[in-house]
Formats: sequence, structure tokens, C-alpha cells
Amino acid sequence: MKQLTKKDNIGWLFVGFSIFAIGLFYFYPMIDALLLSFQSGMGSNLSYTGLTNWSRLLNDPTFITALTNTVTYLLIQVPIMIILALFFSVLLNDSTLKFRGFFRTAIFLPAVTSLVAYSVIFKYMFSGDGIVNQLLLNLSIINEPIFFLSDPFWAKVVIVLAITWRWTGYNMIFYLSALQNIDQSVYEAARIDGASSVQQFFKITIPLLRPIILFTTITSTIGTLQIFDEVVNITGGGPGNSTLSISAYIFDLSFKYTPNFGYAATVSYVIVILVIILSLIQFKVAGEKE
Amino acid sequence: MKKLKRPLTYLFLSIATIISIYPFFWMVVSMTNRSVDVTRGRQLPGLHLMENLTNLFNQVDMVTALTNSFIIAILSTFFTLLIASLAGYGFQMYRSRGKDLVFNILLLSMMIPFASIMVPLYRLFGRISQTAPFLGIDTLAAAFLPTITTAFFIFFFRQNTRMFPKDLIEAGRIDGLSEIGIFFRIFVPTMKTTYAAAAIIAFMNSWNNFLWPLVVLQSPSNQTIPLLISNLGSSYAPDYGMIMSAITIATLPTALVFFFMQKHFVAGMMGSVKG
Repeated sequence: MKQLTKKDNIGWLFVGFSIFAIGLFYFYPMIDALLLSFQSGMGSNLSYTGLTNWSRLLNDPTFITALTNTVTYLLIQVPIMIILALFFSVLLNDSTLKFRGFFRTAIFLPAVTSLVAYSVIFKYMFSGDGIVNQLLLNLSIINEPIFFLSDPFWAKVVIVLAITWRWTGYNMIFYLSALQNIDQSVYEAARIDGASSVQQFFKITIPLLRPIILFTTITSTIGTLQIFDEVVNITGGGPGNSTLSISAYIFDLSFKYTPNFGYAATVSYVIVILVIILSLIQFKVAGEKE
Repeated sequence: MKKLKRPLTYLFLSIATIISIYPFFWMVVSMTNRSVDVTRGRQLPGLHLMENLTNLFNQVDMVTALTNSFIIAILSTFFTLLIASLAGYGFQMYRSRGKDLVFNILLLSMMIPFASIMVPLYRLFGRISQTAPFLGIDTLAAAFLPTITTAFFIFFFRQNTRMFPKDLIEAGRIDGLSEIGIFFRIFVPTMKTTYAAAAIIAFMNSWNNFLWPLVVLQSPSNQTIPLLISNLGSSYAPDYGMIMSAITIATLPTALVFFFMQKHFVAGMMGSVKG
């Protein structure tokens, strides 16, 4: 027994630093942000002002725009990407396919780029004289160039396309590895019973992949809710505020305009609340059939 | 129907491949062309690679940014692996009820969005600046200190520690090694592939990190590669050839790691979901 307590104490030594650092760099800031959300003032001259920041949220058109934009990205981008990733992984999960490794590597490749680097590339590709306009003009799909990045609608489309380009292959790899763990005899049995490939997909593949789809949906949701690099480097939040995301707004409030840490912390708690609500919903939806 | 399916599969996969690869192709080709030719839509390699590289290294402080990025990424990777593997091993090998609870609380930190703690972190480092200026705002240390302890990697190492044979630990104890000695002399050398996988992901995360360095690094001498590229990208009269050279150089380390260590790369990515 004495031996065990001694071993247990050594165990705490191994994990001690991590507990300290995660406490200091994650949990302490969360508490500080909550306290900050009840304070107002410039820079570090802060005083408690009750719910002022929270009521300001509802009357702040920039915040409402940033929230709407972020939720729009989320609702459009995540489903498109998950469906594309599933589609490609099913196509690639066929061992008789030629150039399978090549296709897989190629589709995954965008995931090795840095967010800033690929964002700048997308910005130039979609500029007025960029390659996308040249292609569309040459194919006579359009008669004059579309100014993607200075149009509120198209600028959002470019951001959604960019994130989808960067992350589809990444998610596909998760599905591929899960598909490879499915026993092929399940499909054989289904084929003997006369199930079409569409039926096999919806009745076998999707249910068996449910946990990994849940995992990728939650990580993608958390990621897209925090979208920053793409917005800042492709459109800078513009035109106007039409592509501004919540993270970009928090950055502006804290470091670009006269620093207002209290209000910035309040806005940041909205992301926390969204992450919690959406994760709970997704767990609920995915858990329903189990 | 069956006959139609195959060509359609190849068609879809080919379209996806072209879309996935084209930006890389354009990046590399543009690196060798003059800015004018890039705006004219030139799709063939040109002869201006050296000119673009010379411009890049003369006009912006690429060397400093590369040095800073490498220093931050290497130190960050080293500490991430050390801290996370110690903790993952500790949580898995010395289990007690209290520790399992603490582990679950640490895991919760994975759900915390960075944007929501960025302002408090900035304030925290402001206070650190007053007592220890070498760790405070606008130092390379501040750029990686908050990112080296992550629940993701602790979880990753704990999962992989399950495959580590306990007999080896007993053998170490019989040989008279201390508990920490067993970790460094037996565990670390045995788990090389786990470390390789984690190192790749940790290096890449650090190399590509943008938001926190943007917040905490202010002077030009502390600029990292993503900050430099972001600045170049927002210029009003961009020199495309030059910027594409910078982007290619920035992409090279992670792309090379990916091509040469594809297996470890995927293992590191998957580490978080393996049962």
C-alpha cells in the first residue's frame, strides 16, 4: 500500500506541469474573460459596469453582422465539405481503382499549406484580373470580369470555397481510414441480399461512420466558428463588414481600434456559448439512433 | 449502369485532383515569372526565378522571419513533445481516481476557442512583461509559451502509451532505474514513431500559426513567416512573382515533411481519434 501511494505521487510529478500550464493558459483566461465581460474602459483602465457590455451586444450592428457571417460560413461550408469528403472517400475506398494513392495524396495536399499562404493565393486567384476571371472569360461563361472580392455576396462565396479547398482532403483521410476498418463481408452480405450501392451507402457506410462523422463535424464547427486567417488575408473583412467574422471583430476591438478589452471579452464569450450549444446539438443528433 | 460508373469515378476524382493541385502549380509557376506576366495569366514557367528571389530577400527581411519561425517551431515542438509525453505517460501508467478526473478536466480545454482567450492571454503576458521582460510581450518565447501544453497531445500520448508493454517498465524497475529514468531510457526510445508523428503535427501547427503571433509579436525583428506573408499579401501594388516566391518558401518545409514522412503525418493526424 505504501509503495502504491509513493508511485501515485510520482505520477503527479509527471502530469504536474501540464496541469499548471493548462490551468494558466486556458482555464485562467476563460475566467478572466468572463470577469472582463462585466468591465468597461480603455486599455487597462477598467471598472465593473454590470451588464453594459452584454446589452451593447444586441444593439451593435457590427457584432450582428459578424455573427451572421460566421454562422453563414458554418451552415454552408461544413455540410458541403463533409459531404464532399465522404463522397471522395467512398470513391477512393475501392482497391481496384487505378492511381488510387495519387488521387488520395493530391486531394489531401491542400491540408499541408499554411492558412495565411493559401489565403493569399486565393485572394490573387479571385482578383479582378485573376486566373478565375480569365478562365471564366475565356470559356465565355461571363462577358466581363466579376469583382469577387469587392462584392458582398461573392466575397463570402470565395471564403467558403477557400475553406472547403483547404479542409476537404483532411477530413477525407479520417473517413478513408474508418472505411478501411469496415469488414468487407458486411457489404458482400448486403449485395447478396440485393442492396444497391446507394442503399449500401446509406444503410451501412453512414451508420458505421457515425462516430467519425460526429468527430469531424464538431472539430470543423469549432474551427469555422473561429475563422480568422482566411477572412483577414482574403478580404480583410470587407467589402464593408460583409465578410467580417467574430474572431476578426474581437481582434479589431482589442488591437485595431482603441482597445476595449471588456467588450472584446463579451463578444468572445459568444463563441464559447456557440461552441457549447452546437456541440451538444451534434452529440444529441448523432446519439439519437444508438 | 456498371460500365458508366467507372469513368464517372475517374472523372470526379480527376476534377478534384486538378482543383486541389492547381493553386500549387500556379504558385510555383508564378514564382518564375514577372509580376506583369502573372497578371496576364501566364501558365508556363519563366526565367525570372532568381530575380524574384533576389527582390524578396532584398526588399523584405526574409532571413529574420525564417530564423524566427524556425526557432519558434523547433523549441515549440521540443517542449510540446516533452510536456505532453510526460503527462500522457503519467496519466496512463500511474492511474488513480483523482487523476482520471483531472485528465477529463484537461480534455475540456480542447473545446476552448482560442479567440475567446486571446485578450486575457495578452493581458497575462503584459503582466509577465513587468517581472520577466524576456518572456513577455514581443518576445519569441511569448509566441510559443501558451501553445506548448495542449490537451490534444496529452491525449495523443496517453492513447499511444496503451500500446507500450508494461513488462518493460517492470524490467526497468528490477534493473534499479528510477521512475523518471524508466521514462527517458526505456519509454522515449521505444516510442520513436509516436514522437515522430507528434513532432510533425506540432511543428506544422507552430510554423503556420498566425493569430497569436500577430497579437503578441510587434517589432519587425520578431516577425514570423505567416506575419510577413500576410503583410506582403495586403500591399496595394503586389509584386506577384516575389510574393509567390515567399509563399513557396513558406510552404516548402511542411510539404517536404509531408512527402517524406507521409505515414507519420497521417498517424499524427489520426492520433486523436484512435480508440
